[in-house]
Amino acid sequence: MASPTQATGGFGWQIEDLDTDEMILNMGPQHPSTHGVLRLELRTDGEVVKAARPHIGYLHRCFEKHAENVDYPGVIPYTDRLDYVASMGNSLGYALAVEKLMGIEVAPYVQTIRVLMAELQRIASHAVAIGTYGMDMGAFTPFLHLLRDREKILDLFEWTSGARLLYNYNWIGGVSYDLPDGFARACRDFLDEFERITHPELMDLLIGNKIFVKRTAEIGVLPIEVGIAYDLTGPNLRGSGASYDLRKDEPYCGYETYDFQVCSGQGRYGPVGSCFERNWVRALEMAESVKIVRQALDRIEKMEHTPVQEKCPKRVKPPKGEVYFRTEAPRGQLGFYVVADGAGVNPYRVRVKSPCFTAMGVFHVLAKGMLIADVVALIGSLDIVLGEIDR
Amino acid sequence: MSEITGLIHNRFDSDNVIFTTTDQVINWGRKNSLWFMTFGLACCAIEMMATGASRYDTDRFGVIPRGTPRQSDLMIVAGTVTLKMATRIKRLYEQMAEPKYVISMGSCANNGGPYWRCGYHVLKGVDEVIPVDIYVPGCPPRPEALLEGIMKLQEKIQRDKVLRRKGETVGSLAGATLDGTKDGGR
Amino acid sequence: MDFAALHARLAARFGDKLVAVSAEALNPWIVVAPEAIVEVAAAAKDDAAFAFDNLMNLSAVDYPKENPPRIEIVYHLFSYQLRHTLVLKVHVPREQPVVPTVEGVWPAANWHEREVFDLFGVTFTGHSDLRRILLPDDWQGHPLRKDWVDPDFYNGLHVKPPTQMAERVAAGEPLGVGPFDQTPTNRHVE
Repeated sequence: MASPTQATGGFGWQIEDLDTDEMILNMGPQHPSTHGVLRLELRTDGEVVKAARPHIGYLHRCFEKHAENVDYPGVIPYTDRLDYVASMGNSLGYALAVEKLMGIEVAPYVQTIRVLMAELQRIASHAVAIGTYGMDMGAFTPFLHLLRDREKILDLFEWTSGARLLYNYNWIGGVSYDLPDGFARACRDFLDEFERITHPELMDLLIGNKIFVKRTAEIGVLPIEVGIAYDLTGPNLRGSGASYDLRKDEPYCGYETYDFQVCSGQGRYGPVGSCFERNWVRALEMAESVKIVRQALDRIEKMEHTPVQEKCPKRVKPPKGEVYFRTEAPRGQLGFYVVADGAGVNPYRVRVKSPCFTAMGVFHVLAKGMLIADVVALIGSLDIVLGEIDR
Repeated sequence: MSEITGLIHNRFDSDNVIFTTTDQVINWGRKNSLWFMTFGLACCAIEMMATGASRYDTDRFGVIPRGTPRQSDLMIVAGTVTLKMATRIKRLYEQMAEPKYVISMGSCANNGGPYWRCGYHVLKGVDEVIPVDIYVPGCPPRPEALLEGIMKLQEKIQRDKVLRRKGETVGSLAGATLDGTKDGGR
Repeated sequence: MDFAALHARLAARFGDKLVAVSAEALNPWIVVAPEAIVEVAAAAKDDAAFAFDNLMNLSAVDYPKENPPRIEIVYHLFSYQLRHTLVLKVHVPREQPVVPTVEGVWPAANWHEREVFDLFGVTFTGHSDLRRILLPDDWQGHPLRKDWVDPDFYNGLHVKPPTQMAERVAAGEPLGVGPFDQTPTNRHVE
């Protein structure tokens, strides 16, 4: 096995590599604006970044090792903690992957609940993403407004599942708790308020804000081919004009029966694919998610409420095989590669392909030639969560 | 450390009414203006942000986030500490000025949390590298739990004896070892 | 194109380099010889009938108990233009595993290969920057292998769980939460 120093030429840039007026600036791992424990090594000429090198791994929590040592349902709390801002999406992806391995089809009622929760989680996740992005730019107020409204979503989640942030909700074959009585009414109240007040306020206060536009609309332009080559997905790719969304193109959980649009960047204030466009896509997706939640609520009131755990197997023991299943998480395409050996109650291997991991892979390409303040804008626009990158 | 004597700090040998009242005033000032360094590492960071946001406000306790250790009194270690990150935590803790306090938020920072068993890269508790005053359990702790932790820390600070010479004091490094290994107890 | 057509077209071009195939799996795969993976990858991307412009996932799985013991590198490919998927696999031996890099074909492979190097110890020849990505640079060993044993210390910090917890687990006490915590660790290593 090759040792690290043998394989490459050392751990970082050395003084000898620099030109005379370049310097190495280290941002992080503890930094208010790096969205987590990310370390950026920037080689700058004054204020202009000549080269950037991200260092990750400061939150490597050995998810894949834990997944091999607990049984299939026991992996679900660990999947929650991957992308901790949007944990409904993670457990949904894993549960769907194992259900595909086992050939389990859940009832339409459970599917509708799953879609409902995933879309509410998408709204909450984008609220955090846009709020903290505004905070990075210096706009503190939208952050407070969006978190205030996110608290209402978390109230709904807590009412249903018992937890505010990490729910252990999507189980293999079902969900852990049924929707409580009165959920539909409370959810509709929240959606009405969101559509009437919060979303217009967000678009007015932050997205249409001249300073925000000026800071983000010209930088970090990502061409679609580069995005596909570096495997960017989700709002990061749709901001460049592509309209690929797994919920439409490879639907799961009944998404093909819902009526919503895929948002992509339009180049309203600058080139398509800039930091502004990615944020624009996220802001619009919140409105689309509201539509989906309304449709899901309407269906839930009309359909038969089957028990939510009736398809959950007592002992999850998939036959020998492997599956790679992708879902559209708020940050991109989250893929679970689950290998089952057919003999044990533990998975043989669970590999998570996280959308933010590949998004960080393109960072050094986009950061060339930017100012240091623009680097902060770039990281925020890629919407990374280090728990998912480092697993 | 406990041997350091300042102008009035740690100077006197016995109690009297002037020192206890002065102590109370000093402690009241310290506890009501705890500025914390945002050390949000993982999921607990989101709950810490939610605690500082509109619904559960920390600002009403005088607690506001600061980005740099030089300007903060309190370090809330929120989230999993990995072995790669442990040296940085130690360095940042040493950069804080005294009196400094540490709240270990969440079960990962308390003792490794859900990653205790197979986490080869997870530090089993941040108290392996820095001395901790308050442990807040939860995964993640609710914002109310974090606020209770801050209030317990405020009670602890209020009980502190600043002027009199004594052994360990809250907010200083007395008795703690920073070389990474714990002597006994583990 | 469905899997049979993809396999036929690849086999027509690369014949003996395709070592094995499994068409019945949920995601059917083709095993490619390690030295030919770059050619096959380039063909998969450039051939207009394949157009696999996107590498969805590159990962590794350790099979110490199979015959022969091997590490499998798995490539999940996707085409945005033609909307089909393909899985390629490469088998390498567990001691001194070496594979050529596909970074030139799909730049996304850069970080994925670094991670496989970090956690499994597979060396990717031709990689521009093969160093550890998740673990510290002075870490010894490759943890996701099935025969990994936690060291006691890393630079003075405890790596294994603290003694009293490990002793209690060894004595049979069900530590942890709920009924799912009964499984012993490292079941795949005797």
